[in-house]
Amino acid sequence: MNIYDLTIHELKEKIAAGELTPAEIKKAYAARINEVEDRVKSYITITDELAEEELADYENKKEGLLAGIPIAVKDNMSTDGIKTSCGSKMLENYKPPYDATVVEKLNEAGAVIMGKTNMDEFAMGSSTENSAFFDTHNPWNLNHAPGGSSGGSAAAVAAGECAAALGSDTGGSIRQPASYCGVVGLKPTYGMVSRYGLVAFASSLDQIGPITKDVEDSAILMNVIAGHDPKDSTSIEGKKEDYTEYLKEDVSGMKIGIPEEYFNLEFDEEVKASVLAAVEKLKEAGAEVETVHMIDASYALAAYYVIAPAEASSNLARYDGVRYGLRSEQAADISEMFTNTRLEGFGDEVKRRIMIGTYALSSGYYDAYYLKAQKVRTLIKDDFDRIFNDFDLIITPTAPSTAIELESKSDPLEMYHTDIFTVPINIAGVPAMSVPCGFDSSEMPIGLQLIGPHFGEGKIIQAAYTLEKLLNIKEKRAEL
Amino acid sequence: MTTKYETVIGLEVHVQLNTNSKIFCGCSTEFGKEPNENTCPVCLGLPGTLPVLNKKVVDYAIMAGLALNCDIAEYSKFDRKNYFYPDLPKAYQISQFDLPVAENGEIEIETEAGIFNIGVTRVHLEEDAGKLIHEGSIDKSKGSLVDYNRTGVPLIEIVSEPDMRTPAQAKAYLTELKMIMEYLDISDCNMEEGSLRCDANVSLRPVGQEEFGIKAELKNMNSFSAVEKGLEYEVKRQQELLDEGKKVVQETRTWDESLNKTISMRGKEEAHDYRYFPEPDLVPLEIDEAWKEEMQKEIPELPREKYKRFISELGLPEYDAGVLTGDKDLAVFFEEVLSDYDDPKNLSNWMMGEFLRLLNENGHSPFESGVSPINLAKMLKLIDQDIISGKIAKEVFEKMYNSGRDPETIVEEEGLKQISDQDELENIVDAIIEDNPDAVEDVENGKERAIGFLVGQVMKETRGKANPGLVNQMLRDKLMN
Ligand SMILES: [Zn+2]
Repeated sequence: MNIYDLTIHELKEKIAAGELTPAEIKKAYAARINEVEDRVKSYITITDELAEEELADYENKKEGLLAGIPIAVKDNMSTDGIKTSCGSKMLENYKPPYDATVVEKLNEAGAVIMGKTNMDEFAMGSSTENSAFFDTHNPWNLNHAPGGSSGGSAAAVAAGECAAALGSDTGGSIRQPASYCGVVGLKPTYGMVSRYGLVAFASSLDQIGPITKDVEDSAILMNVIAGHDPKDSTSIEGKKEDYTEYLKEDVSGMKIGIPEEYFNLEFDEEVKASVLAAVEKLKEAGAEVETVHMIDASYALAAYYVIAPAEASSNLARYDGVRYGLRSEQAADISEMFTNTRLEGFGDEVKRRIMIGTYALSSGYYDAYYLKAQKVRTLIKDDFDRIFNDFDLIITPTAPSTAIELESKSDPLEMYHTDIFTVPINIAGVPAMSVPCGFDSSEMPIGLQLIGPHFGEGKIIQAAYTLEKLLNIKEKRAEL
Repeated sequence: MTTKYETVIGLEVHVQLNTNSKIFCGCSTEFGKEPNENTCPVCLGLPGTLPVLNKKVVDYAIMAGLALNCDIAEYSKFDRKNYFYPDLPKAYQISQFDLPVAENGEIEIETEAGIFNIGVTRVHLEEDAGKLIHEGSIDKSKGSLVDYNRTGVPLIEIVSEPDMRTPAQAKAYLTELKMIMEYLDISDCNMEEGSLRCDANVSLRPVGQEEFGIKAELKNMNSFSAVEKGLEYEVKRQQELLDEGKKVVQETRTWDESLNKTISMRGKEEAHDYRYFPEPDLVPLEIDEAWKEEMQKEIPELPREKYKRFISELGLPEYDAGVLTGDKDLAVFFEEVLSDYDDPKNLSNWMMGEFLRLLNENGHSPFESGVSPINLAKMLKLIDQDIISGKIAKEVFEKMYNSGRDPETIVEEEGLKQISDQDELENIVDAIIEDNPDAVEDVENGKERAIGFLVGQVMKETRGKANPGLVNQMLRDKLMN
């Protein structure tokens, strides 16, 4: 196997055994980036200088969980002195003066940060086509989208341009691209990972999580990034788990719910068959699988497309040209400066969501939209809680199809529908992971979504780890 | 005119809390720093930053709520108030919309017309915005500069019921609020520096009518006198409009100090839709009994209670009680002296006379002068024990004020003790009698007033040290037998 195909735990073993040095690893990944980046286009910024600095500091950090491991970071996480564009013209040249908490944690763990990855502008999108700069291509088929909004991170992991990456997930932005790119993506419980330094899209839904080549790496990365942060009031206080303790091949007695309302939706038959076949394997391994009934996912989608734009309309109001980022030259007064800056700086999808959100919060409409959506949210939360009273996990597909072709969906509503399986999880605030479960007839990867109760990451990791062993497909890599 | 209409006034008062750090970040709140010195990524609203609530700020808001006799919310939350302005870095202000920290209070105020209770609708927490600075004047400046030092400084907004009927009541209410905040020591309440800001809603209605008239909102009143003058002007303006059969327009008006009138801010402040919604970056605030009780313990005797006690228990005149309790430090100083000295009225005379005069001259607050409460008590005792005369006491007091020395030491070292020894005075009195034959003749002819003149001469000769009562007696003994 090539060095760039190795997982975090494999790289760590080789470093420990003296078979590879961090410098050799970094060199191999840099060479891989050189080789494929012009075709995949995962990165907005390649941080070679930073990577070299971190490498130079290796001796001081070698006890760290990620010492010498090449990691990519989505371009909506603040990096001190390094461009953090959020895939937007608005922040094209914005260099923050501080590190996000997750970036600090990566640094402390000795990670070597390779670059900042491409994304849908301000994380709004499901294909990374909403990046203001360029499209990212799916390593399994360059004509296909990598998914989104963390498409750059997922593609970079799948293409061997990093060992693992961080993504952010507001309605599926880690899991859906992980599914499209045949890698593992975990959205933790809301509040499990600090949001400090994550440029906000929808504050009550955003979570940072790992995108990795396998489940074990997901557990390792979670050990690095999870935990309470006094800088984030919504981050959860309490003891931190060692997620690698759940890397056990054992699902016996585990109760798994299969929500009929999700599987009854109209979606790709090959995806459905692959997911159900994987469920069958878990059953054979001793899991207790039962059909359950849940609130129709379309309600969650409707609530999501009110709550997320409402919060976004407020979160993105700060981009006014006054302090940083783009400022329109075409302005006679302050009000024109605000308007023109935002007109020039934001792309269509961002503008669309700002307008939807502004409308939903306007006086006279607030009760009918925002307040009602919040009530739906409560019902959906309760619905998940009810299921988790009796079940350990819920399984659904991650996405209704395998990776869509680039430029194949021009209708925003059609695009929103690709999030149907992932959005309810953010609405409920529970954790979920997308893990590869097979390939369709065009050899494109299929993702299965494991959903757990609040703080149920451990159970998810255990079941996903077992499934990975049962399916035996994790060695398969995209050919580039 | 005043019999035809009734004035209705409600005030919205912003009070800057004097915590050391800002409401949602660790930056200092110190006034007068270089522009943008007291800033960090959080209060600059940089992408990705998050607010973390300063607990002290909530402590202060609870104290304010309790002192204004409000109900304290068990469950309170923060909301975003969305609007674009260059001094607002996030383009929303974190404030409180429907669940403020405190509600339903009232305070007692007193004006020349009597005693009134004014309702307090609510007390809520919010963050302050920055400040725009223009080179020259706002219309001539090529651009604007922004100073974000003030951004994120904690504020409470205190909203009154429309319970005030005269500008004098509004001024009294504002004064009472200021005193309460000062007694709580939660704000500097300096209107000129902007740590106390006041907006007013003013309307008129025919006497006897329940329904409110159309109101104007009055802004930019930057001193206590501006509040009174602005309101008086506005009441007169509205009266004239109504008398002419015209309508009052609902609008925001600004008080122009130099023109001495209120001016419409047409269009500039048109009805905003602030699109309030719950702040997702902060968790709701839960205030339990224990927290409330802890804050209750921090509340000292408030100015109104103290004022009443000074009158009823210490027997001070209303005027004295008003002056002494009008400044928290002055009241505290007064009471500290009283713990060593038991003539409140005599003390009050000294404090309102010499002490206040020197404080005003030097721009000091009571505890900034050289006079400590214990030394003032000592000095008053020296007078009462005839060790120094009242006249000498003024001299001693000024020395104490400037040097911080003990009055006994001053009297001792500078030989200022009153001469009450008849033998010591005998020669001086005799000499004065000899030198002033005219006055002596007057006395002998029964002109009482001439005695005063002779006493004065003895005082002059002894540089004020002679005991005037004794000198008076000696002269009478010598001349009027
Ligand atoms: Zn700050």
